[in-house]
Amino acid sequence: MHFAQPLALQSGASLRDYMLMYETYGTLNADKSNAVLVCHALNASHHVAGEYEGQPKSQGWWDNMVGPGKSLDTDKFFVIGINNLGSCFGSTGPMHVNPATGKPYGAAFPVVTVEDWVNAQARLADALGITQFAAVMGGSLGGMQALAWSIMYPDRLRHCVVIASTAKLSAQNIAFNDVARQAILSDPDYHGGDFYEHGVVPKNGLRVARMVGHITYLSDDDMAEKFGRKLRDAAEAGDYKFGFGVDFEIESYLRYQGDKFSEYFDANTYLLITKALDYFDPARAHGGDLAKTLSNTKARFFLASFTTDWRFSPERSQEIVQALISNRRQVTYAEIDAPHGHDAFLLEDPRYMKLVRAYYDQVWNDINEKAAA
Amino acid sequence: MNFNDLSSARPDLAFIAHWVPKNAHVLDVGCGDGVMMDYLQSDKQCSGYGIEIADDKVLDSTKRGVRVIQQDMEKGLALFGDDSFDTVLCLSSLQMMKHVEPLLRDIVRVGKEAIVSFPNFAYWPHRVALLKGRMPVSESLPYEWYDTPNVRCATINDFRDLAEECGLEVIECVALAEGQRVSFLPNLRGDLAVFRLRKKASH
Repeated sequence: MHFAQPLALQSGASLRDYMLMYETYGTLNADKSNAVLVCHALNASHHVAGEYEGQPKSQGWWDNMVGPGKSLDTDKFFVIGINNLGSCFGSTGPMHVNPATGKPYGAAFPVVTVEDWVNAQARLADALGITQFAAVMGGSLGGMQALAWSIMYPDRLRHCVVIASTAKLSAQNIAFNDVARQAILSDPDYHGGDFYEHGVVPKNGLRVARMVGHITYLSDDDMAEKFGRKLRDAAEAGDYKFGFGVDFEIESYLRYQGDKFSEYFDANTYLLITKALDYFDPARAHGGDLAKTLSNTKARFFLASFTTDWRFSPERSQEIVQALISNRRQVTYAEIDAPHGHDAFLLEDPRYMKLVRAYYDQVWNDINEKAAA
Repeated sequence: MNFNDLSSARPDLAFIAHWVPKNAHVLDVGCGDGVMMDYLQSDKQCSGYGIEIADDKVLDSTKRGVRVIQQDMEKGLALFGDDSFDTVLCLSSLQMMKHVEPLLRDIVRVGKEAIVSFPNFAYWPHRVALLKGRMPVSESLPYEWYDTPNVRCATINDFRDLAEECGLEVIECVALAEGQRVSFLPNLRGDLAVFRLRKKASH
């Protein structure tokens, strides 16, 4: 959907006009009360569920969660997946032409924040005639958007579903992000962000950025179990190569992940999204007081964290829960004992899936009770 | 859930529910399947949260529409502010705690009033079992000594001492047998001890 009205950004800059890609699943009911907005994390898109026709490998990023008969049941709810500004999956981003210069934005694409994304999403909701979402939901960075919705547009969502997220990044989180950015910025093919016109891609930088990021998505135990100290060519020689190539399975895995990522992801998008992560800190405007920040929220909340997630650990979710409790908000909080680290929020775990389903049953009852009242 | 459903499912909870005022803000520490909060929410318009550690019970509570916070009670109630609840319930859970005293102190910190229940170890069939040289196994203590989740055994008199030690006022102390109040020889004839407590005014 194209938006002709300029969008003022938190940085003071603005986007003259822009495009937002979105996908929908299920049917919007007559009173438009069954809409659920699903916000994506770092490397995902509006393609939340299902497969594109004739493309068997095109499964949506949260397909195990969203679909007919699934935890977020598209037979009941009208689910919207949206791609954020600055992304590389169709919504206006740094690879698109800057109307002011006639050239791709590149590094000139304005830095966007979680709040900017939420403002853009709200305009899509306006255009679709949705005044209040049944729920806004997201994991990780997507959870930050859901949380921001509850603060910025308290009347526009009945439920706020925040999974494996945080109200702000820690110094360690920012440090990892900056290593990733430095990898991209120091790649000679980055060309100050204008690599499009040079016909190159800073693949090496992007690859290292992804490798660093990926480490933070997995738990130590999970890595130990999957890879341990296994050697890549154990069958061949079973010995070290005494060089700087690939010895260990984990090296091979990370390089593969990095290569794959650098094939489809945009370096400027990576920089933008990591900055959006770093800047997110809604309590900053309230002297760091998260309880005060959440005092105007009206939604009911569901939060979940995973015990082995050290990127956004259970303590980060507990901080949000505590702030909500102090405001007497309705909040359900699950701490799921899963071995897969941060990635667990995307993986199939029956306890997690059943609980989200049970919560959405409550959301369903809630919107139907409201309609009956 | 209405009172009749609660009475037939859990007569002990039905008795205790009388002590929770309408519209109270309640914390149910160790809420299990959420049946008590479900009743208090639907019949007494109470608000609040349950605390539960077990995944299946967190799920049961959520299905009932109870707002449940999954955490280990053993870690205390740091998520909750002083006097932030009208009533804190800790029903048939305290005896499973390693750190009973700190939790009890936390319960009365966050609640203006607390209701605590636990199996009364001095119930006469338990005394008979001990006289026969055996650990008691009964309806209220249905476990063998080696597999019981109840790591603390207390009698009504013992708990009264701890309440005193913690500077708590005992508003009411009742022994129940099969959910009914026992007035005559309660520490002998009651299998469940129920205490209604609050901080002493001078503390």
